[in-house]
Order: sequence, then C-alpha cells, then structure tokens
Amino acid sequence: MSYSTRCAACKSLRRRCPQDCILAPYFPSNDPQRFASVQKIFGASNTTKILQQLPVHQRAEAADCMSFEAASRIQDPVYGCVGIISQLHQQILTTQHELAMTQAQLAFHYAQQETQQERRIMTQSQVQYDGPSSWFDPNQKEPFYLDQPLPDFHQPPGFL
Amino acid sequence: MGGSSPCASCKLLRRRCAKDCIFAPYFPSDDPHKFAIVHKVFGASNVSKMLQELPIHQRSDAVSSLVYEANARVRDPVYGCVGAISYLQNQVSQLQMQLAVAQAEILCIQMQQEPALPTHQIDPDDKSLLLHSNLNNLPQYLNFASSSNVIQDPLKRESLWT
Repeated sequence: MSYSTRCAACKSLRRRCPQDCILAPYFPSNDPQRFASVQKIFGASNTTKILQQLPVHQRAEAADCMSFEAASRIQDPVYGCVGIISQLHQQILTTQHELAMTQAQLAFHYAQQETQQERRIMTQSQVQYDGPSSWFDPNQKEPFYLDQPLPDFHQPPGFL
Repeated sequence: MGGSSPCASCKLLRRRCAKDCIFAPYFPSDDPHKFAIVHKVFGASNVSKMLQELPIHQRSDAVSSLVYEANARVRDPVYGCVGAISYLQNQVSQLQMQLAVAQAEILCIQMQQEPALPTHQIDPDDKSLLLHSNLNNLPQYLNFASSSNVIQDPLKRESLWT
C-alpha cells in the first residue's frame, strides 16, 4: 500500500497501513488531531483492543465517543468527561427546583380559581377540575443511567 | 523500601514500589481493582504521564475521574461516559421545556389578570427570555461531526410555538 494512503493512526505510528487496518475507517488521514488525542489518552494499543472487541457496526460510535472523551480530557486534564456529567447533574437539580417553584405557583393560582368558581356556581351538582398536566414529584430520583455514584471530589468540577 | 507493601499499581506491574512512586498515594494495595480498571482502559504509562502533568493537589480528583470514566467504558464499551452525558442532556432539555411551558402559563395568567397594563411594563424581550434564555445558555457538549448519527445534539428542537 502506498504511503500516501495511510490512515492517521498508521502515519502517527510510522508504520505501513494494511488493507484491513482496524483503525483506518475511524481515523482518516485528513484529521490527524483526532487520532493524536485518542493516542495521548487511551494509547494506540488500547484503542485497537477496545475496537477489536466490538462488533464492526458499533466501532464507529465507539471511536467517536473515545475521541470525545479524549478531547474532553485534554481540555480538562483533571475532570475530563466527568466534569460535564457533574455539571449536568447540577443543572438537573437546579431546573427541577425551579420547575417545582413554578408549578407550585400555578397550583396556588388554580386552587384560588376553584374556590372562586365554587362560590359563584353553587347550584351545579358536578364541578370538574383538571389540575395542571404535570405535577412535580417530590420523590423523583436523580436520573442517571450508570448507577455508580459520582466521585467525591476535593474540588467541584467547574467545566463551564 | 523496607517492609512497606507495594502499591496496587506496582503489584500489578510487578515492579519495585519506589518511595516517590507517583501511583502509590492514589492506588493503595487494598484496592487492586481500582488500578486494574484504569490500567485496562488508559494504560499505566498514560496515567502516569497525565498525573505528572498535574499539580499534586489536583491528582487525587484526576484519579477519581479517571476511575469513574474507566468504569463507565468497561460497563459500556461503545458509549462509555458519553452515554451518560447524552442521557443527562436529554433530561435537562425535557426539564427546560417543562419549565418554559409552566413559565409561559404563568405569564398568560398575569397578562389575563392585568390586561390594561401599558406595553412598556411587559417587554416582549422578557417573554423571549423566559422561553429561550435557559435553553440557549446550555453549552452544546455533543456536537461533533462523525459518520454516526446516534449521538445528536439534543438541544436542537422545533420552536415551542407553532
């Protein structure tokens, strides 16, 4: 194979790029930075191992995710991706709180309306009341699809 | 070295645990799994380089986040931590949407209750801020070009008002 068609990985590793190079489909020669980041954080050997263990149809996504994680770790060498997760957790808590306050305001308003309605229409036998469509559930647990807890950092991540 | 036991890293790597071993403070011998998983995903050499580039007071947090990330990748070899980010971003988007709807409802109620207010007291920009400020201030973490369409920017959405 001509050297001019080597993938970014083989170029970086200064080796021949075989026809069945496992890294070539995911680390094209026109984006050397992509492989450089992954190599710095995961290492070429680990990257190859991780992709080899996956079925072919999942390797593109895995390579994309590893690139993202590597770029995050280079940008934030202390927290990497985990800093983003921590920030998102915080955003969820803050937004849930804000939503609860707003829905409580709405509930108060509708309760007042209902009281006024009942006073005006005393002869009606049935009064149908439909509250707001979404009620905040005070028992709602923090959503997290990976069940391991976040590390107890000495200093909270400040990704933003 | 005397009688002190090697750290988990040096035990796994089968080498002498030096007094100034960079791994020893963070990978004690009583938790071999912690280093094993970090070594499996990142490699001991890469972890050592990463720690060496950080000031000492930040290394403990760096190790914690590396362990977390390594665990995520072992449990989900395709998406790793990025799967969690995608899920959580969707959660934030949904909550922001619910909040925007609830805030719009309150604004409508306020406008119904005070219909005669002069226009300068109800600034249309305030309304758009209510609806859009929280949505537009969220940074877009997942927005990289790739051949896969699985991870999409969850912040892209149709306007709330049709």
